[in-house]
Amino acid sequence: MKDMPPITLTVNGAAAQLDVAPGCRLSAALREELHLTGTKVGCDAGDCGACTVLLDGEPVCACLTPVIHAEGAEITTVEGLGAPMERLRSAFLRHGAAQCGICTPGMLVAASALLARPGTPDRNTVEEALGGVLCRCTGYAKIIDAVLDAAGATPRAEPAVAPANGVAVGARLERLDGAAKVAGTEVYGADYAPEGALWVRAIRSPHFAARFTLGDLDAFARDTGLRVFTAADIPGQNTFGTIPPFADQPALAEGAVRMRGEAVALVAGDKATVESLDPGSFPVTWEAAPELLDPPAARAPDAPLVHQTREGNILIGGLVHCGDPEGGFASAAHVAEGAAQTPYVEHAYIEPEAGAAWLDGDTLVIQACTQAPMMDRDDTARVLGLPPERVRIIPAAAGGGFGSKLDLSVQPLIGLVALKTGQPARMTYSRRESMSSTTKRHPAIMRARIAADATGRLTAMEFDGDFNTGAYASWGPTVAVRVPVHASGPYAIPNYHAEARAVHTNGPISGAFRGFGVPQAAILQETLFDELALKSGIDRLAFRRLNALPEGGRSVCGQELHGVGIGECLDALQARWDAAAQEAEAFNATHPGRKRGIGIASCWYGCGNTALPNPATIRVGITPQGQLKLHQGATDIGQGANTVITQICADALGLPIATFELVGPDTALTPDCGKTSASRQTVVTGNAALMAGRALRARILAMTNMGEAARIALHPGAVSVSEGDQTRRIELAALKADANGYALAAEETYDPPTHALDENGQGIPYAVYGYGAHLAEVEVDLALGTVRVHRLTAAHDLGRVINPLLAEGQIEGGIAQGLGLALMEEYIPGRTENLHDYLIPTTGDMPRIDTILIEDPDPEGPFGAKGLGEHALIPTAPAILNAIRDACGAKVTTLPALPHRVLAAIRDAEQTP
Amino acid sequence: MSLYLRPGNLQEALDGLARAPAVVAAGCTDLFPATERPALDGPVLDITGIKDLRGITETGDGWRIGATTTWTDITRAALPPGFDMLKQAAREVGSAQIQNAGTIAGNLCNASPAADGVPPLLALDATVELASATGTRTLPLSAFITGPRTTARRPDEILTALHIPRDAGQGASRFLKLGARRYLVISIAMVAARITAAQGRAAHVALAIGACGPVATRLPEVERALTGLPLSDLPGAIDAGQVGAALSPIDDLRGDAAYRRHAATALLRRAVAETVEAPE
Repeated sequence: MKDMPPITLTVNGAAAQLDVAPGCRLSAALREELHLTGTKVGCDAGDCGACTVLLDGEPVCACLTPVIHAEGAEITTVEGLGAPMERLRSAFLRHGAAQCGICTPGMLVAASALLARPGTPDRNTVEEALGGVLCRCTGYAKIIDAVLDAAGATPRAEPAVAPANGVAVGARLERLDGAAKVAGTEVYGADYAPEGALWVRAIRSPHFAARFTLGDLDAFARDTGLRVFTAADIPGQNTFGTIPPFADQPALAEGAVRMRGEAVALVAGDKATVESLDPGSFPVTWEAAPELLDPPAARAPDAPLVHQTREGNILIGGLVHCGDPEGGFASAAHVAEGAAQTPYVEHAYIEPEAGAAWLDGDTLVIQACTQAPMMDRDDTARVLGLPPERVRIIPAAAGGGFGSKLDLSVQPLIGLVALKTGQPARMTYSRRESMSSTTKRHPAIMRARIAADATGRLTAMEFDGDFNTGAYASWGPTVAVRVPVHASGPYAIPNYHAEARAVHTNGPISGAFRGFGVPQAAILQETLFDELALKSGIDRLAFRRLNALPEGGRSVCGQELHGVGIGECLDALQARWDAAAQEAEAFNATHPGRKRGIGIASCWYGCGNTALPNPATIRVGITPQGQLKLHQGATDIGQGANTVITQICADALGLPIATFELVGPDTALTPDCGKTSASRQTVVTGNAALMAGRALRARILAMTNMGEAARIALHPGAVSVSEGDQTRRIELAALKADANGYALAAEETYDPPTHALDENGQGIPYAVYGYGAHLAEVEVDLALGTVRVHRLTAAHDLGRVINPLLAEGQIEGGIAQGLGLALMEEYIPGRTENLHDYLIPTTGDMPRIDTILIEDPDPEGPFGAKGLGEHALIPTAPAILNAIRDACGAKVTTLPALPHRVLAAIRDAEQTP
Repeated sequence: MSLYLRPGNLQEALDGLARAPAVVAAGCTDLFPATERPALDGPVLDITGIKDLRGITETGDGWRIGATTTWTDITRAALPPGFDMLKQAAREVGSAQIQNAGTIAGNLCNASPAADGVPPLLALDATVELASATGTRTLPLSAFITGPRTTARRPDEILTALHIPRDAGQGASRFLKLGARRYLVISIAMVAARITAAQGRAAHVALAIGACGPVATRLPEVERALTGLPLSDLPGAIDAGQVGAALSPIDDLRGDAAYRRHAATALLRRAVAETVEAPE
């Protein structure tokens, strides 16, 4: 409406006039009109707090604030300077409080309001002040520590000193890419807006299964002024998927949909028109079809097939078999048998999928959030009928991924629009769209039995699981294969039979989520272990220690394992285990209505693809000017690859971290480091970085004829090498630059040595494993069935700790996700497509966390290092469930352990003698 | 772009509403989550520009809480102990961000069965003041909210204030909310209790439960049963059957109906016990 007067805002001390509707969200106005993209949008519903700004000093959600309410007020965003914000930024970096960084602006702004209040806040006050901002990466511990530090409530954590040559590995370094995250200048998927970009929106299925007919699209386009794209416009093969032999998902459905939220068409045009479109006005006619929503329905004999070529709706099954399970059970003294069921779990990263695409000459460039740039490139190219080299993927900063951003989301959609129109295109999923259309953790229906002899030694285990893989394959095959390999836990089990199936339904696609099915299997295995320990009359920790895989022991796949740190992890928990047991007993003696309990569970996890190649290539070069550049293609989604890979390369090369300039990830600039998943980057890309660093060092030493102990230094236009009183120089200008412009360079590829699994799952699935164990201490309210985890002690064997600050952050974040899995997270398709019905832990739900880092070097890992990303959440949920049972006898077998389920289990336990 | 009005005085607002219906907006913490669009769908009548509608004042017969008084305003107001439960509820609404924007009238007009403000306001004997171009009427809060997301407000009316009678400010009070996580959580069940004591006995008892039926409700039978009993006997005297009879909970993703009945009684006993223990 042109007669609307402009609205005048004061943002960060400066006046700005905006020509927007009075009822426009302040978040949209700040981002789109004032380009203050430090204010993030995670939900548009006040559920996540990422958009927190100060309105006259008080925190509000900008997404819930009509811009007119800000007129005449002082608005402060993360970009606003001020003493409290500066103190906070420094503390966030020193404490490692920003991982992916998407929640960081909201946290900083909420914390700055707290710091402006008189007095020194305590931990509870900080938790309350930050309670309205969700973080999915950190588990909040380091954020709260940083705020207490900035407030002067705790001693200042001193920043790690920039390490000298050769000692970067092991240093408690601030993340190298942190400055932009705390400044609010990091560019996430939704933050880059190419000039003149078309806004793209998908028309999605409201049905779980349906046939559809498109109506008069030309008339619709004429009436609305929008461009419309359907499957008919796709120039290539309308099928993508993360595992090429199983690729089955259309970018835009053709005639039928297999899930709610599946895209059938795109509309593109100016932002205002697209956003005001009522999707119900799009000309499509739906004919709902019978829907299969769980594996029992999908496996029924007369069930319709989700994919015609997949009999019985089984995508794939996995199997590991060793020894003589029947014999093992027959000779056992004790058998524990049980079942467990877990729901769909949503990744709930705070950044919904977003990105932009444009043409650069005849190259299609896509800048979007992702965990797997090279896979995105190849899959998008196939869908769009382009050779891969004509697609360039520039990963935007990813505001959390946890597995789901391995799969394509916006890429083929905005790519199609940019390619067809020649104009740039942008797309940002709504929270609902993100939750309904992207992948989830597989719901599992599992049963198992485990046997031990009279001395408590395990003799046999059987495991069987149906994993609801949803409408499309995604990572279903990986889950089906990983689960049988890992369902034993890190224990020696001589006789073993495990099967897992990925079962198609019309539910959301289940894909990769931190652990690929292993966390679900561990829930059943570790809770049954408690039962066996009780039956054997052995302390639950001692039972695990007795059965822990020994150094040189064989896994259920027959693999001889070295660098096995599970025993050390369990030993490290012994002291707290004993103390916690005593404390719980004392508490319980004086608290009739509340009971405390303790629980323990272990994890192991193979790093990298299961018995399949997954190489990484690192290039490191020195320009003729003497600049050192590391082409680091491992996408850092917050876990820290940018820092860790650099630390490894620095020590291999023998130059300090500060001399490195990072390049990429960018498929045009960085060699393929593979995907950020399977806890593989530290091990696989780390080894490539180690090799590349060493190769460059060897070349420099050879050129100067210096010994291994020589010291390398960079100078403008030269490299010097010193040993003793000798110094030699390489004049870089004298060298012929290579194709990449480097005077000196090395490029090395590492692929972990594995061996294919045979028909019984015997072989060498992974080159490196990591181990860990968690001790949970909980309190159960017997009247309400509520559970509070008040302390969690985590021991993880990392082989070699590359960066303790980042490692702790991974562990704390994993625990938060494990706690959510145990106690509150349940995605119900069609019902919990938002962050107020789907709950993830807040600041107030997290326990005190004590982390113990163990270093039992792996013979294969770089400097002995093992992966960690996924390990960290696997033991949490079973440790909590075991603690609940210890506290009150309640055996919760359907997750999450919501209060009503816990209370029902308490009642059941009371009735079972 | 649709119509968005933000008048500076009530008469203008009421005249506008008399001419054409509009969505009445205040803190917007419920309106924005209901749309994915970048701006509120209109026509909108935004009442936050009317200064007189915000704030708590003492009147001859009690207290007046203006419609656009935020949860944070309530938390910071100097009020007698009967209001403690309302302040406790205010601190449980969403998050600090929501409490700084969300208003008490918005909470009532949105009429969610899980609205945090309703049980304490019921236990405070609140009445609502509804104004229109043709006059002003008052209704007990219990008559105002008629069902999930429905109220007795006519399209031409604005809820301008709540009134709390002076007597209701007395006594000790407590609000308890049960959810599956600490912050930003929708209640599984919640209770409010306000008890006035005399000579060690309960002279006046006001109890209310929310999120256990289509609307939050007072518990008159339980209140009667407790009145006159020694304070220390109160928690034990709460009859689960009587509490359950007053509720009509549903099964949903947060909990099942049987659990809600059970939890409501357990919470009520706890709230009453804490109320009795609280220093007056």
